[in-house]
Amino acid sequence: MNWLLNLPPQASSVAKGIDWLHYSVILTTFAGVALVAVIAAYFVIRYRRRDDGPTPRIVAPGWLEGGVIVVLLVLFVGWWVVGFQQYRELETAPSNAIPVYVTAKQWMWKFQYADGPSSTDVLVVPVNQPIKLIMQSRDVIHSFFVPAFRIKQDVVPGRATTAWFEAIAPGTYDIECAQYCGTRHSLMRGQVVVLPAAQFELWRANAEPDHFGGKGDGSGLAAYGRVVAADHGCLRCHTLDGTPSIGPTWLASFGRTRRLADGTDVLIDEQYLTESMMEPNSQIAAGFQPVMPTYRSQLEPADVAAIVELIRSLRDAAPSHDEPRPTHDVIQRGAP
Amino acid sequence: MTDYLRAESGIRSWLGTTDHKRIAIMYLCAVTIAMMLGGAFAMLLRTKLLISGPGIMEPLTYNRLFTWHGLTMVFMFMIPAIPAVFGNFMLPIMVGAKDLAFPRINLASFYVYCAGAALMLWGMVHGGADTGWTFYAPYATTSPTDVAPIAIGVFILGVSSIMTGLNFIATVHMLRVEKLGWMQLPLFVWAIYATSIIQVIATPVLGLSVTLVALDHALGMGLFDPALGGDPVLFQHLFWFYSHPAVYIMILPAMGVVTEIAPTFARKNILSYRAIAFSSLGIAFVGFLTWGHHMFVAGISQLDAALFGVMSMFVAIFSAVKVFTWIGTLYRGSIALTTPMLYFFAFIYLFAFGGMTGIAVATTSLDVHWHDTYFVVAHFHFIMIGGTLTAFLGAIHYWFPKMFGREYPEKCGVLSAIGVFVGFNLTFVPQFLLGNAGMPRRYYSYPDQFHVLNVCSTLGAYLLGAVMVFTLGYLIVAVFTGKRTSANPWGSRGFEWRVPSPPPTENFDEPLDPTIGCYDYDRA
Repeated sequence: MNWLLNLPPQASSVAKGIDWLHYSVILTTFAGVALVAVIAAYFVIRYRRRDDGPTPRIVAPGWLEGGVIVVLLVLFVGWWVVGFQQYRELETAPSNAIPVYVTAKQWMWKFQYADGPSSTDVLVVPVNQPIKLIMQSRDVIHSFFVPAFRIKQDVVPGRATTAWFEAIAPGTYDIECAQYCGTRHSLMRGQVVVLPAAQFELWRANAEPDHFGGKGDGSGLAAYGRVVAADHGCLRCHTLDGTPSIGPTWLASFGRTRRLADGTDVLIDEQYLTESMMEPNSQIAAGFQPVMPTYRSQLEPADVAAIVELIRSLRDAAPSHDEPRPTHDVIQRGAP
Repeated sequence: MTDYLRAESGIRSWLGTTDHKRIAIMYLCAVTIAMMLGGAFAMLLRTKLLISGPGIMEPLTYNRLFTWHGLTMVFMFMIPAIPAVFGNFMLPIMVGAKDLAFPRINLASFYVYCAGAALMLWGMVHGGADTGWTFYAPYATTSPTDVAPIAIGVFILGVSSIMTGLNFIATVHMLRVEKLGWMQLPLFVWAIYATSIIQVIATPVLGLSVTLVALDHALGMGLFDPALGGDPVLFQHLFWFYSHPAVYIMILPAMGVVTEIAPTFARKNILSYRAIAFSSLGIAFVGFLTWGHHMFVAGISQLDAALFGVMSMFVAIFSAVKVFTWIGTLYRGSIALTTPMLYFFAFIYLFAFGGMTGIAVATTSLDVHWHDTYFVVAHFHFIMIGGTLTAFLGAIHYWFPKMFGREYPEKCGVLSAIGVFVGFNLTFVPQFLLGNAGMPRRYYSYPDQFHVLNVCSTLGAYLLGAVMVFTLGYLIVAVFTGKRTSANPWGSRGFEWRVPSPPPTENFDEPLDPTIGCYDYDRA
């Protein structure tokens, strides 16, 4: 069936289920079309024109029409229910997923592990390990598509979007940009290299250090996040140690629910944090003033990713008031 | 009384006419030119795709061409094709009227169409738009090409479309002949009526969104550009709020056409009048609530995805009911396999096949993989070419004797119908398989494993193109030299067949008598 439909290999944990649903939709509807075709062919032969006489008036009885509608409804809504459950699974990353920050730009993909290694157009991941992609675009809309994993997610500038996958077989799989993004759209391709766990560790240990100095030792992106946050004055209003300040503290906030000024609750995740940098006043935390300016054109996607990773890295830390204040603080450094 | 073709002569009698039939003929010429142009773009695209790497053109040229192909086919051909040609010609006759409610607005709509088309073509000549016909921001608002003239052209074409729609709605309400109730109307009228409602309600939103894109691009207003505080996903909502219903603007009239062809050539009443009529209205209504299914992977909420997904399934139910009703109409009929009937069968098969793949992409989790791949391209073309173009060709053959008072060569017609069917399948079935394998749409170059199927698809496109040229050729010859025909060569009960072929200028010598209904084949 897979071969007949020319589908790519089922290389992720969700691929089999999705293909199964696809087979059932395609086979059932194909059978329906074939049935219609056979009946039509039979009618054409059986009732071919023999004379110019009148034909009987036949009107479909109500029960037949109603019955057809009910059968179709049950069938279609059934597929929709299964499909929507799978969709929720695709949209919700498991909690043990390793984050990878992805920056899309015309016409390349950049991948950044929180603890250091980064790469362009080639994403190296361990097998049987959920990976969560936190994606931003520097310019226009792109779409991250790995056919063998059956995943696709648009990457929208000004927002963070996420996708996740768990590769189930080592190998190399194509990444394609699926959203038209300009002249070299069709060349915005890359590869996911899935390695056995041991080989992945070897790769990580030997990976070239990125420009943040990280090298698989945990010092990478979050440390850079502190630099970015300090440089942009974030830490004048947000603290890292739980101390109350002008803005909410970043300590132990990620993954929790926050009450907003309008009374609704929001989950603090990558999307919320990114939106709070781009559109700070759209979702004000309860008890705080809407005083934060937008950082829309001041933060590069890599900076946003670094700050998000910093906040994420503080998610389980306990409040401690004796942590030293960051030394990159712009006021302390006397920057304008 | 002389027929409308010979009532007056000279070019000015055509350009200044308010006769709906003459305006329909002018539209027929215009949309045929647009179709051949859009088809020529498609041939160039398919030729490029014969090889996987760089080929006969630069990437930028390729991107422009697929944009122009989409724009030309959608806005200049598909949307006006059946309503403005066959709706214009047949609808007044089918309701027993002398003309549309507003004949001068009808003529004006044609010139507005020409103005919009001219502006778009001018924009293309000046290297306009490599944005895709969907104008997705912020690419469209920052594109290196000139977007504004083309976007304004789309706006103007939309105005023309609204004028036509309003005219049809007013005509159906106000000008029905005495004793012709709603439930005695020919079902083609119902289809055109439902289409007109969509045109009038949805098209202003299209005008709004393309205008905003043009302003964004020309003046850097940043409405959809996040770098300036705009929201690109908002554009997608606005665009699809029109452009999803727009596919029903394109397919509903086609459904209306086949609903007229089947009873005539099966000599049989429609199996369920109300199922066809109300499913047209149902599609028109529910069609407004499905636009988000274009955005399952664009970052919309799960609730949105759930609602838009289930609404899309309802459209599929309406469509399936129609297919069963058409086939059921043949039961115990008296079937003649003429060219229009062959097109009817081609339509049924292609539309049903396109519809079933539509269910696959309406299923949210499946759409994640198939979205923006050739699977969607194939699905869309099965409905739009397999559905609308096939019905357009069926309509032109079916109503050819009525419109021109002449016969077309039947053998050529049969050849054309078979050629279109074979060429179409050869073009688009490989594209389903390419989409399954994960080839994204709008790809100038592609990985080598997609090569064989792309070559098949291109060969199919050449066949389809050749058949279209052949069809155009014999029809043009037949317009001038075809054998004269009688008022009702098919023996149809349809109202339009009760007037002479071609009809006189004011359609009826004596008022239409609807006592014998247009599908009453049980009476001698």
